Amino acid sequence: MEVLQVKHLQKVFFPGTRNERHVLKNINLNVYEGDFISVIGNNGAGKSTLMNAIAGTLSADAGEIDLVKHNVSKKSVAYRSQWMSRVFQDPKMGTAGDLTVMQNLVLAQSHTKTISLKWYQKKAEEEKYLALLKTLNMGLENFLNTQVKYLSGGQRQALSLLMATLSKPKLLLLDEHTAALDPKTSQEVMSITDNIVKEQQLTTMMITHKMSDALKYGNRLIMVQDGQIKLDVSGAQKDNLDKSELLQAFE
Amino acid sequence: MIISSLGQGLLWAPLAIGVFITFRILDIPDLTTEGSFPFGAAITVSLMIKGQSAITATIAGFLAGCVAGLITGILDTKLKIPSLLAGILTMTGLYSINMHIMGKSNVPLLTQKVLTGYLPADLTVDMQTIMLGIIVVIIVMAVLYWLFKTRLGLSLMATGDNKNMSAANGINTDGMIIFGYMISNGLIALSGALIAQNNGYADIGMGIGTIVIGLASVLVGEIFLRGNNILIRLSAMVLGAIVYRFLLTVAMSLGFPADDLKILSAIILIIVICVPIIQNRIRTKRQLKKYLAQMEAEDDGSITSKTSAKSILSRD
Repeated sequence: MEVLQVKHLQKVFFPGTRNERHVLKNINLNVYEGDFISVIGNNGAGKSTLMNAIAGTLSADAGEIDLVKHNVSKKSVAYRSQWMSRVFQDPKMGTAGDLTVMQNLVLAQSHTKTISLKWYQKKAEEEKYLALLKTLNMGLENFLNTQVKYLSGGQRQALSLLMATLSKPKLLLLDEHTAALDPKTSQEVMSITDNIVKEQQLTTMMITHKMSDALKYGNRLIMVQDGQIKLDVSGAQKDNLDKSELLQAFE
Repeated sequence: MIISSLGQGLLWAPLAIGVFITFRILDIPDLTTEGSFPFGAAITVSLMIKGQSAITATIAGFLAGCVAGLITGILDTKLKIPSLLAGILTMTGLYSINMHIMGKSNVPLLTQKVLTGYLPADLTVDMQTIMLGIIVVIIVMAVLYWLFKTRLGLSLMATGDNKNMSAANGINTDGMIIFGYMISNGLIALSGALIAQNNGYADIGMGIGTIVIGLASVLVGEIFLRGNNILIRLSAMVLGAIVYRFLLTVAMSLGFPADDLKILSAIILIIVICVPIIQNRIRTKRQLKKYLAQMEAEDDGSITSKTSAKSILSRD
């Protein structure tokens, strides 16, 4: 079943000016349930624009986006979030710094009860969150009532990841989510990601600049170049890819 | 003097709490304040003169403020006008509306029963004011405390803190910002309604400088009471409003004429903005010195251990 269908998507920046840039050129993409897609491409190739258009932070100029059979092309980020979660590149983007770890988790828990008048702090929930935080192995379970701004970048990103998966999204978007971390932490966060995605069988799209990660993780690989999808391989075909072939494709 | 500034401060407390909601929770400097404060006063006094009870009129004043906030909120979020300008636009428009409501620039209350009239008559005027203030502040704080413990309140705080993250977690951020503007300006108008009844009149100019009063109260409160607990933060606002009134009363008793109050307000605001910055700098410097001294001590320690190691070696 298709979780996401992108049909004839177009995006032009600064139309009619000297700086006109056609960033997405008639993109068609089907993402199926259980896919773990690595998205690679040069800077400016359009992969971030594609991700933003899917997430809703950017409205496409033409084309259609269907999320779990709902046409969401003209819908807000908040509306799309009932089926979709996102982890940003900047650890600061994905969490609210002035709120505590607990409060952040409550926010991520359900994307549809945001104006409920029920009290949110519950003992039973607290224990559930503690158990979840423990699985991250980042010592976060000791900071349940600490403001998130006092956490390290790695801890913050691991928390973002946990938050993004808490609502059991149909589609998980990872936007270079390890790029701002040091190599060791980056690897830790990447392996946590892989565990969560496998465990919950999440349909995932991950933008990455790390060729090795793109090859190592996931069952499908997409290369975006010059606003178009240049390469789309999955299964055994992807497993047989190697770095040099991929670098060649970049040319 | 303390008693009267206590009473006055309590009546100004809803304004401080209102400014706190936009300025601290939503991180927006909202100038609608200068319009919604007299708006609340104008609506309340006019309704009272038309024969409505003080309670109904005061509630109407609060709701009027909510409408003012709604307008600024729509200008800000839906029409994408920068929040500072959105506030100025609403405030400017409200001047004309307030003139239409009042019919002239100053409307006195005559024999109408004000809110303090519902309290025991054998109390002094100051005690009545304090009692009314305490009742209002308790109601406001209780409702807000409850609000900020709910998911709705959490969504409001999250929106002010990180809009991207909030939207990604399903929060209608525009709606939350509008909601924040509404309760903020409702509370500010409530303050206007209370002050008008306390003064015995509504005046077209009574909103001038209220944003400075509100901000100063917020900052003064935060100098005295710090914390992340929402109850402490709200209490800080009430305390700030009272201390600020007290400072003004002191200035008045030193012989400053009433016309100088505005510049005094501005100077107080400048001081309370600078004090925490300087406080912080001194604290950081002291901590740093302590830390470095400690490092040095440790270094000395390691050097002596090294030399002792050397002496042991040389003995061999």
